[in-house]
Amino acid sequence: MEKEKNKTFVDKLWDSLASIKLAIIIFAVLALTSIVGTVIEQNADPERNIKLLAKLFGASAAPSLFRIFDSLGFMDMYHSWWFITILLLFSANLVICSIERLPKILKLVKEPVKPLPEERFKGFGIQRELTVKGNPEKAKGTVMRAVKSSLGFQLAETKEGHGYQLYSQKGNYTRLGVYVTHFSILVILVGAVVGIFFGFKGFLNLPEGRTYSVAFSRGHHMTDTAEFERIVDAVDASSGNLTNAAKTLSMDVATLKAKMRSFGIQPLDFGIRCDEFSVDFYENTDMPKAYKSRLAVIKNGKVVLNKVIEVNNPLTYDGVTFYQSSFGFSGGIENAVFRFRLASKDGRAEDLNLRYGGSFTIPGTDITGKIEDFSPALGIDEQTGRPFTYAQQMNNPAVYVNFFEKGSRKYGGWLLKRYPATWKLPDGNIVAFNGVWGMQYTGLQVRKDPGVWIVYFGCITMAVGLFVAFFMSHRKLWIRLVEEKNTTRVIIGASANKNRHAFERKIDKLLSALGSDKTGGK
Amino acid sequence: MDSSTLFGISTMAYILAMITYITYLAFRKSPIGITATTITIIGFVAQTFAIGARWIEFKDIGQMGWLRAAPFTNLYESLVFFVWCLILGYLIIEFKYRNRSFGAFVTPIAGLALAFIDLTGVQKGIQPLVPALQSNWLLAHVLMSFIAYSTFALAFSTGLMYLIMKTEKRSEAAYIFWTVTTGIFIVILAAMGLDYLKFKLLIKSPDVLIKSYLFKASFFSPSGAVSVVSWIGAAVFVYLVWRYGGALKKVVGSFSLSSETLDEITYKSIAIGFPIFTLGGLIFGAIWADQAWGVYWSWDPKETWSLITWFAYAFYLHSRLLRGWRGKKTAIVAVLGFVMVIFTYLGVNLLLSGLHSYGGME
Repeated sequence: MEKEKNKTFVDKLWDSLASIKLAIIIFAVLALTSIVGTVIEQNADPERNIKLLAKLFGASAAPSLFRIFDSLGFMDMYHSWWFITILLLFSANLVICSIERLPKILKLVKEPVKPLPEERFKGFGIQRELTVKGNPEKAKGTVMRAVKSSLGFQLAETKEGHGYQLYSQKGNYTRLGVYVTHFSILVILVGAVVGIFFGFKGFLNLPEGRTYSVAFSRGHHMTDTAEFERIVDAVDASSGNLTNAAKTLSMDVATLKAKMRSFGIQPLDFGIRCDEFSVDFYENTDMPKAYKSRLAVIKNGKVVLNKVIEVNNPLTYDGVTFYQSSFGFSGGIENAVFRFRLASKDGRAEDLNLRYGGSFTIPGTDITGKIEDFSPALGIDEQTGRPFTYAQQMNNPAVYVNFFEKGSRKYGGWLLKRYPATWKLPDGNIVAFNGVWGMQYTGLQVRKDPGVWIVYFGCITMAVGLFVAFFMSHRKLWIRLVEEKNTTRVIIGASANKNRHAFERKIDKLLSALGSDKTGGK
Repeated sequence: MDSSTLFGISTMAYILAMITYITYLAFRKSPIGITATTITIIGFVAQTFAIGARWIEFKDIGQMGWLRAAPFTNLYESLVFFVWCLILGYLIIEFKYRNRSFGAFVTPIAGLALAFIDLTGVQKGIQPLVPALQSNWLLAHVLMSFIAYSTFALAFSTGLMYLIMKTEKRSEAAYIFWTVTTGIFIVILAAMGLDYLKFKLLIKSPDVLIKSYLFKASFFSPSGAVSVVSWIGAAVFVYLVWRYGGALKKVVGSFSLSSETLDEITYKSIAIGFPIFTLGGLIFGAIWADQAWGVYWSWDPKETWSLITWFAYAFYLHSRLLRGWRGKKTAIVAVLGFVMVIFTYLGVNLLLSGLHSYGGME
């Protein structure tokens, strides 16, 4: 008791941080608060969570409950100060528990095995005995060879009264597997912190044909204030060079940087351009097979990298990674470019890009076509047989083209990008419709995270640590050879800190090998 | 034979095996036991071929390579695979410990999981892969997660058997725990059965999702009376399980399994499952998320719940290894851990929304 009183505050704090009880409390608190975080939708529209709370606790209590939860940070719980504090406490607990226990474990790891007094052989989990032919001297050689080949132990020896004692251990370092695992958790947390402080997470809705030198933070949705637009344009115009951009905007670089931060504009050191966005579908269905964006990285006015990205296949340049995440319409039909490949029946072909309402002539003929209608997703009504637009996405783009010869209409019809059968005209000429360009944007998730490699390193460490901790064990083996009349008694004592049965089986195998050796000698 | 015929054979075999194992428990005649094992093996072989056949069908429909065509991409396929792993694990234990009694506890889980598929009207058809799932990580991530889930399911059944065997008094916390947990488990299954019946009988529109009908036929019924009766009925049922749960003790007691063996199987299952879950479920999942979404961890409900599950089993291991807990206390943790697994696997998809919504019933 006296000792307790003399403890300083720091000692007490250390003790409480080193306690398993604290670890259990942290486990429970992390689990319980995480459950709350999965029920309350994170970073969602307040309406949604108020509705949820109304469902759970009644409509009258919902708004005030929402205010309470909101002020406690539950709407973005995993980034709230108190959740981070629990995580920090968890790390401190892990570190201090490890420091407390490490010396004991290190002693166990480093301690060499020593010969044991006779009576200690009674206390082993694994005990075996058998008799072999010959004196201890001869038996020693046989046993050592057998142990080496079947267990892989290199036995040390000591001379005793009536014979020898042999002993060895293996896998003493596997006791550290647990610490490697604990250490790896810290490494992963450090990687996460590095990512938070030196990384950047954002998005960019990049229209086909446009180049941007910035990305935008989540939470700062593109506002339409004039200044926001001016800054983005200036940074884009100077391809990410902030000094030049500041000059165009006639402000100093520090002000520009501060403004960009407040608007959530992240400058990239290069330009990124979307050359095309497209969706592949499974044949004859509207099930998407692949979302593809053809991107170009532009540095100092030159294209330095081209890549088609897909979900699961991002583009990385200069530490910044672009992920395919969404898409949508960015402009009206006035921006669209309609792509055709014309082939006349006598074999002449021509590629063509047209605006809405544009006309073309099939090479080598007098036939002209004119784009008169467009649908991003053309379907045919089953009852009336009339075409209609069935989706607000570019699922099945089609153009209506009227064909004329010498000023009079010959025929007209819908040409569908996904159905080449519709491209063939009655007179044998082919007008292939290859899609619309310039109407869509590709939604990119933009990320820079220098901590991700630390996290990966932590993951590998954890895998190794867990493997060692669960599937390898520290095994010790002692053998006494006692001289008897013309024979030698072999007394075995062994222990393993994990998976004792496996070790036991191996020892039994060793025994039967030694036993058969004896019968063979007869 | 195509995959659905083979799946049908295996489902029938498992249900038959369940009946035979229970008969074996009652009569203890070794020919019955051998029959039960044989039926289980037939079911297992049929299921193995069924998964293989579906793999080939999937590869052709999805127009993709072998690695990506692993048929573990939706709730139905994952449940089937879960049952496969569970039966494999059980067969290994049967041969290792030379004991069949345990089959009467495992085959019902397999039967229930397969019945759940039919009860809830889970989509069974082969669906081409959405872009996010087209990754080589799919195979490793799902395969290892479900191997781990199966080991946790084994630990759950041995843990539960341990509790049944070792609890004496009705006032005992461990007794109350296992009877109430079992009671709630059965009540939830029954309520979902009711939802299914209502869904099948009244709502035939294919546009409506069964998900929005969860518990609407019972606890959350728009009719106040139905709702009140359901809650009271559930409470009475749980009470009855608590009152007469002791009867199960005789059944479990008649198994020639010692409580030490049960405790050991529980620990070993978790000791195998935990590292596999960490690597395949959490680490591979994080790496894949990093490649597909640009975030290795986003506190999405599925991720968070698998972390909670991970904490539960980490707690089991620490309390056992460090605090020297044995027996009832750790068995309770093993049972609770599997409740977390069920929620991570099914509850998140049914009740919460998030990025990870491939396993839904849509």
